[in-house]
Amino acid sequence: MAFTTYFIYKAILVLAVFAITLLVATYSTYAERKIAAFLQDRVGPDRAGPFGILQPLADAVKMFMKEEMIPSVSNKWLFILGPSLAMLTACLTGVVIPWGKSLFIDGQEFSLQITDLNIGVLYLFSVVSMGVYGIMIGGWASNNKYSLLGGIRASSQMISYEVAMGLSIIALVMTTGTLSMKEIAAQQHGWHWNVLVQPLGCLIFIICAFAETNRAPFDLPECETELVGGYHTEYSSMKLGFFLFAEYINMFISSAVISTFYFGGYNMPFIGRWVHDPNMLAILGVVFLFVKISFFIFFFMWVRWTLPRFRYDQLMNLGWKILIPLSILNIVITGAVSMRVEILEFFTK
Amino acid sequence: MQLTNRSKVVSKKEMTLVERMYLPAIFSGMLITLSHFFKRKPTIKYPEQKREFSGVYRGQHVLKRDEKGAERCTACGLCAVACPAEAITMTAAERKPGEENLYREEKYAAKYEINMLRCIFCGDCEEACPKEAIFLTDRQVNVYGQRKSFVYGKDILVEPKDNPIDLSKRQSAAVKEFKTHQEFGHNQTFDKNRKVKVGGHH
Repeated sequence: MAFTTYFIYKAILVLAVFAITLLVATYSTYAERKIAAFLQDRVGPDRAGPFGILQPLADAVKMFMKEEMIPSVSNKWLFILGPSLAMLTACLTGVVIPWGKSLFIDGQEFSLQITDLNIGVLYLFSVVSMGVYGIMIGGWASNNKYSLLGGIRASSQMISYEVAMGLSIIALVMTTGTLSMKEIAAQQHGWHWNVLVQPLGCLIFIICAFAETNRAPFDLPECETELVGGYHTEYSSMKLGFFLFAEYINMFISSAVISTFYFGGYNMPFIGRWVHDPNMLAILGVVFLFVKISFFIFFFMWVRWTLPRFRYDQLMNLGWKILIPLSILNIVITGAVSMRVEILEFFTK
Repeated sequence: MQLTNRSKVVSKKEMTLVERMYLPAIFSGMLITLSHFFKRKPTIKYPEQKREFSGVYRGQHVLKRDEKGAERCTACGLCAVACPAEAITMTAAERKPGEENLYREEKYAAKYEINMLRCIFCGDCEEACPKEAIFLTDRQVNVYGQRKSFVYGKDILVEPKDNPIDLSKRQSAAVKEFKTHQEFGHNQTFDKNRKVKVGGHH
């Protein structure tokens, strides 16, 4: 492939992924309000445009128009760095997600993944664990007790749940034998979804994803009932918007990761029987992936508006005493099952 | 002391394994919220949709005219006396010759004001009125930016000649009958044997 073609194709792909990420995050705020309303027998925002479809626009304008406040006692640079970092790390994760199969135009292959790192899973985890810095720095720089408490909670919660999340992924890596997101997605063609192989790991991963994105029932870092707004108490205007927006981007990416790891990614069973054109299949794959992502975003919101928040000690109990032992057990079981022939031989020898 | 039978004895038994897993409970809870997702919403989208008021809803007042279009109010001041919120003020004036088609009786209210911020819409003015002149209607008082706008004068209160306010739901035969029983009134000391004549012309 010529360099210019390559450059243009990658640029378009990067911009498209970025734009779609922002668009989905924008409309997630709308979806959240609508779903919350519907689950509570209300109608939700319906004034801006038909069915309130322009509500995110109105919210964005409001956010931009609000007065920008930087507390005089805060550390100004860290105060600005916090939301920027949260936004940056949230946007970085979309790079390794395979959005679909490759498109073939003029005999050239155009992969719908921005970059296929052979350690995609590791990259994902390193970027996600960077995400805690945004919140921590924001909470620290505010020079406010509520913010600090929120920041501390966020860091301890995210570090605790990252352990269980990583361990649940190790079992997945054991069965798939690869760290490349592209390979993991490609292996799940047909009905070979990983959730059927790793149900326990999937459950642990989803629970940890909730904790990593600071979503209810794990929204202790920003719990408005005790900590005002947690780490973003002192933030206003678009800096606050960035923090809130980063949460929705994280939710979108988590949904994409859950779909790719456990629910077949862009694969849909039986579709190969009716559609044979590879380009058509690739485009349909993107659609399927987004259907799955939408479901998981809905799931995230559904859980939020059903479950009450954890108490802090319950949160730590669940993370360290239940999820980590369970995920280690999952690794042991996975190992034992994949080595069953050798183990049987050992005992019957 | 036990007031109702609704209280439940708290059980502190050890939770079973299924209960401790929480997942079945979470699942059933999520089914409950999902069932609400598809329920009909009781919301009334206010400016477009309006809740239907009861015929006897007590909203903005009207000063009625009689069949010939003359104002019924004689500025007797009974409504102002009955008003527990002291919202009503009026100035009486004498009718001049030639004004018979404007005012029904020799005395009329030159100025009649109700402060809608003070008014509690109890309907006592309506009950006190011997001339069937003031009524509460199922209209709502507007919203304004200034306090003085809430003081309604005769220009707002008196019903327009060409557009009489319909009070048929309020003034049904049953209501008229009920009004003859003064012992049902809630604001006055009354004499059981005395019966007021309602709607009588003088």
